[in-house]
Amino acid sequence: MKKIHHAEASSYFIEAKDNEAFHDQRLWDLRQKRDREAAVIPEFQELRNLASQIKEHTLTHLAEYLEQFEAKAQANGVTVHWALDAAEHNRIVYDLLTDHSVRTLVKSKSMLTEECELRPFLERRGIEVIETDLGERIQQLDNEPPSHIVVPAVHKLRGDVAKVFARTLDTDPDNDDPNYLSEQMRVKTRHFFVDAEAGMTGGNFAVAETGGVVVCTNEGNADLSANVPPLFIASVGIEKLVPRLDDLAVFIRLLSRSALGSPITQYTSHFRAPRKSGEMHIILVDNGRSERLGMEEFWYSLKCIRCGACMNTCPVYRRSGGLSYGAVYSGPIGIILNPTHDMRKYSSLPFASTLNGSCTHVCPVKINIHEQIYGWRRVLAKHNQLPFVKKAAMKVAGKILSDPQKYRKTIDVADAAIEHLPRFLLYSRMNAWGRQREVPAPPDQTFHAWYLKNREGKQ
Amino acid sequence: MSTRDLILDAVKRNQPQAVSLPDVPRFDRDEAPLLELFKANLERMGGKLAEFTAGADLNAWVAENYPEAKVVCAATPEVSGNRAITDETDPKTLENVDLGVVRAVFGVAETGSVYLSERQLSVRALGYLSQHLLALLDPADIVGNLHHAFARPEYTDNRYSVLMTGPSATADIEGVLIHGAQGVRSLTVALVANGDGDSITV
Repeated sequence: MKKIHHAEASSYFIEAKDNEAFHDQRLWDLRQKRDREAAVIPEFQELRNLASQIKEHTLTHLAEYLEQFEAKAQANGVTVHWALDAAEHNRIVYDLLTDHSVRTLVKSKSMLTEECELRPFLERRGIEVIETDLGERIQQLDNEPPSHIVVPAVHKLRGDVAKVFARTLDTDPDNDDPNYLSEQMRVKTRHFFVDAEAGMTGGNFAVAETGGVVVCTNEGNADLSANVPPLFIASVGIEKLVPRLDDLAVFIRLLSRSALGSPITQYTSHFRAPRKSGEMHIILVDNGRSERLGMEEFWYSLKCIRCGACMNTCPVYRRSGGLSYGAVYSGPIGIILNPTHDMRKYSSLPFASTLNGSCTHVCPVKINIHEQIYGWRRVLAKHNQLPFVKKAAMKVAGKILSDPQKYRKTIDVADAAIEHLPRFLLYSRMNAWGRQREVPAPPDQTFHAWYLKNREGKQ
Repeated sequence: MSTRDLILDAVKRNQPQAVSLPDVPRFDRDEAPLLELFKANLERMGGKLAEFTAGADLNAWVAENYPEAKVVCAATPEVSGNRAITDETDPKTLENVDLGVVRAVFGVAETGSVYLSERQLSVRALGYLSQHLLALLDPADIVGNLHHAFARPEYTDNRYSVLMTGPSATADIEGVLIHGAQGVRSLTVALVANGDGDSITV
């Protein structure tokens, strides 16, 4: 697997100045909306505590709840499948589709199916797959993965979308009005819902008590995908279980408030049984989750409910764009999820963070995200996966910081260097951070020198 | 060993030390009358509220407010409509419905949502393929928050349940909010008391 170089990849996004500026502002706006919603609910912090505890309880009793869920779902008339990994998941879906002579599959957004790379798998086998979420469809038509887990095309501007649609859906290339583009999407997707032989969704939650899969969406596309075609398949990660409907209430109160700053999504649907004359299948997918459950420090990441709040608040994510992470999951949550799949490939991601802790602060299920990012840095250092420049720099820094005299001398020299060194040395390729920003002007005097002059010996 | 057993075995082997399951309170609060809160949240989410005076003629109101609706499919007897629906109706045939009419079971003040299951929709797709949706709601059937909503027996009785909150919406292009994404273009909640057909004044 090719290693991802986050800093280098983000430079492409930063070059698209308008996109970057809009991205930064749009996601910060979502963060502010989240704050306003949180402030309206007096028990918001209590809900976060409950959510965290319910998730930890469920994960520490997961086998029991999976068995309860399976039994309930089967009793409701649903066929339950189990998939150890992406390959098995994709095979199960493909077999179901061929058994039902499916040529077209309508799909709502699902990070799990992205994780399994289901779409290319099915397309290679001649099945037409239609993403029906607007953002996800834009990304499908542009041959790009989603850049954000809630708003997949947030890195694109209206003009970008107009170009993609003109190229692929034959729309007016000169009309970039979002109303026009969304209406075109509606009109050109509708017949797929009616004609497709199968529909597919992910699942935000799976309730052990009812055997139901809960899907939270705004566009109505998940309910159309699940309720119109005769065959409905829901793919659900095994960590999505919650014990009871009482618990579900806690998460529904938190999810959309944390994600978009709205009290709830337009549709919160609870699928327990197939529609009349239809079939319903649920695929429970492991794909590395049971292994992560055994990681003493990192199993907490399984609590994630995929709201994206950590991404919206992260200064690095907002400026670098989701595609720069080179992974299905981007932003702070991606930093801690991806290395559990492939430590070498994603070894640069834990450094795409300032460790400011804002992600942890907004996480509705209280995952200690920034501590885990730091934890991954330690694991990477132990496994000798630190980037060369960081390793060399750390060695020098370690020596200097442990010796006050060396430190002071270095500061004097460094301040002088900023003033006098030629730009090509300061802003070299070795220093990714120097590429888009200026080092601040050095102070006339260090604090230490000032202190010696003004305070030494005085009371 | 089957995949199922492999997964369950790995999960059991790796489960961290047990954490207990907390009780979830209902977080009841003295707050503005539920109907006012419901209305404010419904409108915030893009829905509309229609209030009726006693004895109002719902069919006339529908004709007046949806003049362009050629196909009206009502899954509740309070509105006549011109397209019949039963639970045997093929969902695909609802593609050209302009207005769907249903009766919601209850509303949720905290979010402005209405609850529907396939008992109310007859066919689930009526709630999504229709261009517009009108949901009748008895103002006496509004619960305070989602804790109360999910405690309702409908969730364990029904095969499909949905909390609908306003019309379908998207903000996927530059964050511009657009109503009428893939599902209904508008959702109106009409306050009509349940049972004897009497309407009420709010």
